[in-house]
Amino acid sequence: MAAPRPAQPAAAGPAPAASFAAGQARSGGKALLGPEEIRRALTRIGHEILERTDGGSDVVLLGIPTRGVPLARRLAARLDQTEGLSVPVGSLDITLYRDDLRLRPARALGHTEVPESGIDGKIVILVDDVLYSGRTVRAALDALTDIGRPRVVQLAVLIDRGHRELPIRPDYVGKNLPTSRREAVRVYLSETDGEDLVTLQAGQEAGHRGGGPRTPK
Amino acid sequence: MSRHLISAADLSRDDALAILDTAAELALLAQRPIPKLPTLRGRTVVNLFYEDSTRTRISFEAAAKRLSADVINFSAKGSSVAKGESLKDTALTLEAMGADAVVLRHSASGAPHRLAGWVRGSVINAGDGTHEHPTQALLDAFTMRSRLGRIAGLRVAIVGDILHSRVARSNVWLLRTLGAEVTVVGPPTLLPIAIGSWPCAVSYDLDSALPQSDVVMMLRVQHERMTDAYFPSVREYSRRYGLSGDRLARLPGHAIVMHPGPMNRGVEIAADVADSARSTIVEQVSNGVAVRMAVLYLLLGGAAEPAPELAAAASGRDMP
Repeated sequence: MAAPRPAQPAAAGPAPAASFAAGQARSGGKALLGPEEIRRALTRIGHEILERTDGGSDVVLLGIPTRGVPLARRLAARLDQTEGLSVPVGSLDITLYRDDLRLRPARALGHTEVPESGIDGKIVILVDDVLYSGRTVRAALDALTDIGRPRVVQLAVLIDRGHRELPIRPDYVGKNLPTSRREAVRVYLSETDGEDLVTLQAGQEAGHRGGGPRTPK
Repeated sequence: MSRHLISAADLSRDDALAILDTAAELALLAQRPIPKLPTLRGRTVVNLFYEDSTRTRISFEAAAKRLSADVINFSAKGSSVAKGESLKDTALTLEAMGADAVVLRHSASGAPHRLAGWVRGSVINAGDGTHEHPTQALLDAFTMRSRLGRIAGLRVAIVGDILHSRVARSNVWLLRTLGAEVTVVGPPTLLPIAIGSWPCAVSYDLDSALPQSDVVMMLRVQHERMTDAYFPSVREYSRRYGLSGDRLARLPGHAIVMHPGPMNRGVEIAADVADSARSTIVEQVSNGVAVRMAVLYLLLGGAAEPAPELAAAASGRDMP
């Protein structure tokens, strides 16, 4: 794979806010998944991918920045370990395709890197940390159309917290978490945050993450 | 970033780096089979050009179209300006048509600044008189960074007609902000009186400046602004300040040669130097589209001013 650009440039702008929020969450939030649970969930998703794609040939993993990218790399490493299968991994930034761009000041772009083999005729699996409204995935589907024409597009998420606003469902789920809209699910990964952890915080609707844009009420 | 882009001197280091980083991502997108993005759908960009321009106008037009904005081109020739309409009245007309951004090229220094007070949309300076040309400086910085890997610490010589050059002024300020060491080189008659207050070194001798330069930026001799006798003859200027093949050989091995265009081949730059592998002149043009896309995206891509609760939401998250 091309040189990993581990969330550094992409996270450069928002990083201070994120780490500040992370500190809060880790002190105040309720831990839902630890490193072991995250590892097991990814291992299971890896096996499911192999089963449901006939051994994983033609699979391309595209992570959605920021935390979908390390998750996609970990999944690729699992497939390599279990089946000796070398799966192309890339990243797909969806910022320019968002439907809520006009609700906030212009954001920094994440990095998009499509594997050299391309995505035409491939089984593209989008990888993200949290599935919420489904709007991020919708934007990712639009972005994919501009890159090529995959044979199949599937979706793998570490956490599905419900509350979909669009007709989108995941193909692979690490863990289903029934949540209230007022709660915030936060995913921390060692590559981006120094540790593997998923937390749930109560009563912070504005600070939710993982679900894409919210329409301001 | 502020709502307008009028002067490179207004850009903070963070603003400038945000533009360059965004441009780097957008340049990659331009290599895709469909280099078009939906980001500025429904926004209108007006190119308001009171002076002739080929590359800047086309570059802004291409940038806006790649982001799906609607583009209205306006050139002073053949418009009501020929009938005597003022900049202000033209601006109010554009305002009434709902322009989200106005890209202005004008022969009067300060015209974009005035325009910004009359319209609600963003104003982007595409060159005003002898004042500034910020997107040119940004694309030059982008080109330096992509060729040499960095900007901080680079030694940059800007050579030629500094007096009339908005490119030189914008570059001096932006490069200083980004940490490069700039030397302007030219005959004393073509340096502004206030050059002492610019954040750069001054030299009258090109040959002594060349061996210590990572970047040499040659400026066009602007015959159309030369109302006085600034140098005895074009030939003498070319011998003292033109970049010939011999002078190119005196540059360090990694150094690059830049020119904002349009070139006077044989005057400030020899034809074989302009076409050499160390010349970035064609690259500068293609980088110009990516940089202008970045500027348009950062100025028009988000909300003008965030509502307070949205600002709070944005600070609590990094990416959905």
